[in-house]
Amino acid sequence: MSEIIRLENIIKRFYIGQPNELEILHGINLTVNEGEFVSIVGPSGSGKSTLMNLIGVLDRPTSGSYHLDGIDVDRAKDNELSDIRNRKIGFVFQTYNLIAKTNAIKNVELPMLYAGVSSRERHRRAKELMEMVEMSDRTKHLPEELSGGQKQRVAIARAMANNPAIILADEPTGALDSKTGRLVMDLFHKLNDEKGKTIILITHSQELADETDRIVSLRDGNVVGEVINKSFK
Amino acid sequence: MLIAENIILAFNSIMSNKMRALLTMLGIIIGIGSVIAILTVGNSLTLTVEDNMQSMGSKDIFVAVTSRGEDDERESMIDGVVYPTTEVSRKEMNDEDYITSDMIHDMSDKFTDEIYAVNVYNRVGDGKASYSAADTDIMVTGVSAGYFLTNAIDIKSGRMFNASDFNNARNVCLVDKKLVDALFKGDAEACLGKEVEFEIEGAKTTSFSVIGVYEKSNKDTGMGSLSSMMDILMPGAQVYIPLKAGNQLTGSKDLYSTFRVSTTVGVDTEQFAKELTNYFKPYFEANPNWRVQAVTFEGMLDSLTSIIDTITLAVSIIAGIALLVGGIGVMNIMLVSVTERTREIGTRKALGARNSSIRIQFLIEAMVICLIGGIIGLVLGLVSGSLLSSLLGYQAAPSVPGVIFSLLFSIGIGIAFGYFPADKAAKMNPIDALRHE
Repeated sequence: MSEIIRLENIIKRFYIGQPNELEILHGINLTVNEGEFVSIVGPSGSGKSTLMNLIGVLDRPTSGSYHLDGIDVDRAKDNELSDIRNRKIGFVFQTYNLIAKTNAIKNVELPMLYAGVSSRERHRRAKELMEMVEMSDRTKHLPEELSGGQKQRVAIARAMANNPAIILADEPTGALDSKTGRLVMDLFHKLNDEKGKTIILITHSQELADETDRIVSLRDGNVVGEVINKSFK
Repeated sequence: MLIAENIILAFNSIMSNKMRALLTMLGIIIGIGSVIAILTVGNSLTLTVEDNMQSMGSKDIFVAVTSRGEDDERESMIDGVVYPTTEVSRKEMNDEDYITSDMIHDMSDKFTDEIYAVNVYNRVGDGKASYSAADTDIMVTGVSAGYFLTNAIDIKSGRMFNASDFNNARNVCLVDKKLVDALFKGDAEACLGKEVEFEIEGAKTTSFSVIGVYEKSNKDTGMGSLSSMMDILMPGAQVYIPLKAGNQLTGSKDLYSTFRVSTTVGVDTEQFAKELTNYFKPYFEANPNWRVQAVTFEGMLDSLTSIIDTITLAVSIIAGIALLVGGIGVMNIMLVSVTERTREIGTRKALGARNSSIRIQFLIEAMVICLIGGIIGLVLGLVSGSLLSSLLGYQAAPSVPGVIFSLLFSIGIGIAFGYFPADKAAKMNPIDALRHE
């Protein structure tokens, strides 16, 4: 299995040079293999979100190196980071973050729009993805006309739009009741099992983490444990 | 990202907040609307005046008694042309303030080489002409010999005035077809030599002998559209009598406030107008209130155009302020929009939008708002400008460069005032933007 993410000695500090300088991550080492379903767990303030932002190339580390699907992210310019987010990463947020006043299928097309995919191809692919998340009958619905679970399914379809190397899901079931949360988790498993997608799930729920191949525990900015969950696979 | 996609996005955003967008556009609508309205009126006025003056013979020189008052001399000149015979302008004038026929004769003698014709005329008045039992409405004009040199007419029967008619102020008249139809059953030969009674307001009834029947010449280079306008305004027959006969009829003295001079070919009319002004200076040097000025119609046209241009400029400056305020309104609402949509911006960045994509998205939104405002303003301006022109009696003529300029200008406002908010959106940190509540 080939490596898709390699984080080496990642340090992240905030307010650098100011009296309130703060080190959030103290030297994280983490690798993720292609096709793996990894969960990162930890309580509030453990540095989960900061790590997620770094993996999602929304932010740069203060030091350390990060390779994503063979790309040296440290050397990338801002526009290149945008393109990496666009093509290599599919984000799924706790709060769905669908674009308001824009119907479901247009939301799914959005990453392809930024990738310069033709209108016809965008539409074809978006329809296919809506089918995959079983939302074919709601393509023209606006986000406010959809339930939480439906919104998250559209968001997952959107994350898959440019066939990214990884899906980065930040508390994807956090705003859902347990039943719809279950449906969303099943969808991730389906993507992982059937499409071989690499998924990184950030959660504070041990229960959800137990469903994944590997659990990385974070506490006070350090990796404090890694459990390989062979039994589940 | 494609421009077309952004335009659709901009429309979606505007349509989802119609009231706000409309209020935002208001400044642009008022600004563009007033500029277009005033440009339309100005353009219509200029074209109408140019048209009239051209047909009046732009090479003619107009000599008039004008006030020395604080009035702009150009304006008083234009008043003189537009209202050459109004009683109002003459009421305050005494006999010594007028141009006498001696002055005109002396002038003609002095400038025989330059002057082709001196055209003096006096609107004697409106009234009735009667012959045996029939009568008809008439408008009587007293004319000098030079009048017909610049106002071409064809004599259909009978003869033209001769020197004796003019010099002896004989009660003879030239009549048109309308009068012949009304009084002589259309017989242009039978009317010749007949004595027709003229009843003019404020004058005693006098009989005039018909010496000829005229028709306005097609190749009329003189009063042109002005006289055709007169035909519409004055439904009665138009009758010409010798100038002095007209004076006798109304009891007026041999005094004139205006007359026109046609120059011979090759004379520099601008220069000659100055010479004429100087020529009359000695006569009026002692006069505290009045003086004589000579201008070419061309010169007057320039003056009028420059007055219209000044008014247009003044209104444009006010409209410019409205546009500036409108632009600031657009900037304000775009800043609000950017703040409201911080999460959306964060999401778009997470999905791979480059800073430039975000900047273009908001810039196009500002441009579309301004352009829609500009188009609404343009339509309102064209409608109100055309209505105003029609009310003033001018042919409505929208200014084409004004239309193009205003549309480009409204897009320009969108760029100028939309750039800062768009740039603010583009430079947002995606993490902060995503976390924004």
